[in-house]
Amino acid sequence: MDAIILQILNGLDKGSAYALIALGLTLIFGTLGVVNFAHGALFMIGAFCAVTFSKILHSSYTVIDETKTDFLGNPLKVDMTYVEKWFGNAAGGTILDWAVPLSILFAIPVMIIIGFVMERGLIKHFYTRPHADQILVTFGLAIVLQELIKYFYGANPIPTGAPEMFRGSFDFGALLGFDANTIIYPYWRLVYFVFSAVIIGAVFSFLRFTTFGMVVRAGMADRETVGLLGININKRFTLMFGMAAAVAGLAGVMYAPINSPNYHMGMDFLVLSFVVVVVGGMGSLPGAVLAGFLLGILESFASMNEIKSILPGIDQIIIYLVAIIILLTRPRGLMGRKGVMEE
Amino acid sequence: MLGLNKKDSVLLLVVTLLAICAPFILNPFPTGSAMAQFNAGYPDLMQRFVIFGIFAIGFNILFGLTGYLSFGHAAFLGVGSYSAVWMFKLLSMNIIPAITLSVLVAGVFALLIGYVSLRRSGIYFAILTLAFAQMSFNLAYSVLTPITNGETGLQLALDDPRILDAAPANAGSLPYPSLFGFEMSDTYIMSAGAWQFQFSVGYYVCAIVLLVSFYLAMRLFRSPFGMMLRAIKSNQQRMNYTGLNARPYALAAFVISGMYAGLAGGLMASMDPLAGAERMQWTASGEVVLMTILGGAGTLIGPVLGAGFIKYFENIFSKINDNILHQWFAFMPDGIEDIMVTIVHPFIGKGWHLTLGILFMLVVTFLPGGLVEGGQRIGRLFRRRKTGRNDNADSTDSTKKPAE
Repeated sequence: MDAIILQILNGLDKGSAYALIALGLTLIFGTLGVVNFAHGALFMIGAFCAVTFSKILHSSYTVIDETKTDFLGNPLKVDMTYVEKWFGNAAGGTILDWAVPLSILFAIPVMIIIGFVMERGLIKHFYTRPHADQILVTFGLAIVLQELIKYFYGANPIPTGAPEMFRGSFDFGALLGFDANTIIYPYWRLVYFVFSAVIIGAVFSFLRFTTFGMVVRAGMADRETVGLLGININKRFTLMFGMAAAVAGLAGVMYAPINSPNYHMGMDFLVLSFVVVVVGGMGSLPGAVLAGFLLGILESFASMNEIKSILPGIDQIIIYLVAIIILLTRPRGLMGRKGVMEE
Repeated sequence: MLGLNKKDSVLLLVVTLLAICAPFILNPFPTGSAMAQFNAGYPDLMQRFVIFGIFAIGFNILFGLTGYLSFGHAAFLGVGSYSAVWMFKLLSMNIIPAITLSVLVAGVFALLIGYVSLRRSGIYFAILTLAFAQMSFNLAYSVLTPITNGETGLQLALDDPRILDAAPANAGSLPYPSLFGFEMSDTYIMSAGAWQFQFSVGYYVCAIVLLVSFYLAMRLFRSPFGMMLRAIKSNQQRMNYTGLNARPYALAAFVISGMYAGLAGGLMASMDPLAGAERMQWTASGEVVLMTILGGAGTLIGPVLGAGFIKYFENIFSKINDNILHQWFAFMPDGIEDIMVTIVHPFIGKGWHLTLGILFMLVVTFLPGGLVEGGQRIGRLFRRRKTGRNDNADSTDSTKKPAE
């Protein structure tokens, strides 16, 4: 039992990332009808927002500290960050420590702007083109974004730490009444799961309970009629694109401590997220979330040693295998609606 | 000629001439001159032009004719490479059995994947083929290591059986792939003045294979079968209503294009007898998509042009460094020179993929027909000017011919 719970927990963090990216993909697809291959790149840019923000916070100047001396007796030169200077040592230190969660504030406007520019500058011209063209142009864009990040940040992963408070792991099993030391779980992964649950909840309630969300849902169902009612649906859809970009970016920001950001992480996640979207059902938001968590957990179960000894290599292919089986038996995916993306 | 109409015969002749003279054409600058780095006339690169050309021709049979976008074609290339290297290890260093096996294995593999994937179309088809290719890639890296040799890649070894071959004369070194005694790596170097031309056996073998596959693709494009494939692209539903089942045709196209990919893989292994799993990765599949679109999907010559274009600039761009840029911009004032070098710097050397990505986006956005359409537009521009001078009749120009 504890082994099963451990695997479910292990699957949650990857599942959360899949779910968030797939949610954004589905939002874009459902509203604008565009297949966005550059969505993984947005996830990666989010992670690099965290890197950039903590770099900005850590920008420093050199002061001569009179109280300390080096071994020759000269006053010691100390790097002093501006944050510590402005906020004092204690508060400044805390801010530096919390760089990654704080970069959410930085990432949201950046990602929304990037989303806007992408939609207005490029994707707008592809609404009437075939899906193949949309795939191709966003694929090209993904290459460009990836290479730009590689140019500015280098090819090596950049370690970005979580706040001191959430480093290390804790005994989750003891909380649930299992024996001690059976379920050890890192703090940050739990944080990531809770965070993504909050984001998913926020997106859903935004669509459900606000007038704006209602108009968007109406537009997803029948774009033309909403337009005839005198509502500028395109403007709202552009905003939704920005929002989807922000969701992917936030998923990336918080993922930075789990996996050091590198320039190809977007592509790695993109392929799987597409599989997730297709499994969940093209155009279905709950389906995307459900399939994201489901596939994340399945993946972690398949990497158990007991299962690998029966079916070697299953952990490498399980997601694709499930996708193939689902596409062939339930062509619309788990929760796909009729008439969406059917030729 | 050979069952082709006049226009196609001319095209085939031009391609043949280009292929034969490639060592001259691609080597326009004398060795040792400053421009010598733009020469592409050395065997390794020319072989890559031709092999990726074959790969792209095959991909185009599927994508260009039927409109099914496969994002997993590199899997067939990888499978072809593995089978060829195994043939070298077990049977003989002659490339004929190796290439035959790689085409057959890739064909069977394509039949299996195609049978499943073609149940769906559009984006679902792309995802399915991607999933299959990624599965093969992951398996080749992990469980299938006894067959694929995992991350190291499959290589020849001294103690391989090679049952058909006689014991090599020099027992200490690895044998080379050959065709009835002609070793693939044999190169004849001809010096003419300051120029140096290299004629490699491997390149000419590849070129002959390219010409044959180009000819076959040409026949396929003009055949009733090719018309059926185009019908799938233009309106599958209408095709179904006329009582024709589209699936067998699409499957046949898929298998044929898989066999082309296997052929390319086999040739690749024949030129350099090793095979690695990274050839099956989805970025490799993406590359052949780029080549085909860049050259012009659905046209005969487009994919070959695209493959040559990408491979040439990949090679050349990655060689340019800051020093060379400084030489180029030396005529400018110092400050501007430095600024120019800084601006161009991200696009060269290792930044080649950035240039490729931008170029690709531009082509998809403004020139959906690729390089071929670009050429046609320029040609039409000139023709219109000429007719405009004679009289104003331009009725023949306004009827756009479909890109061929």
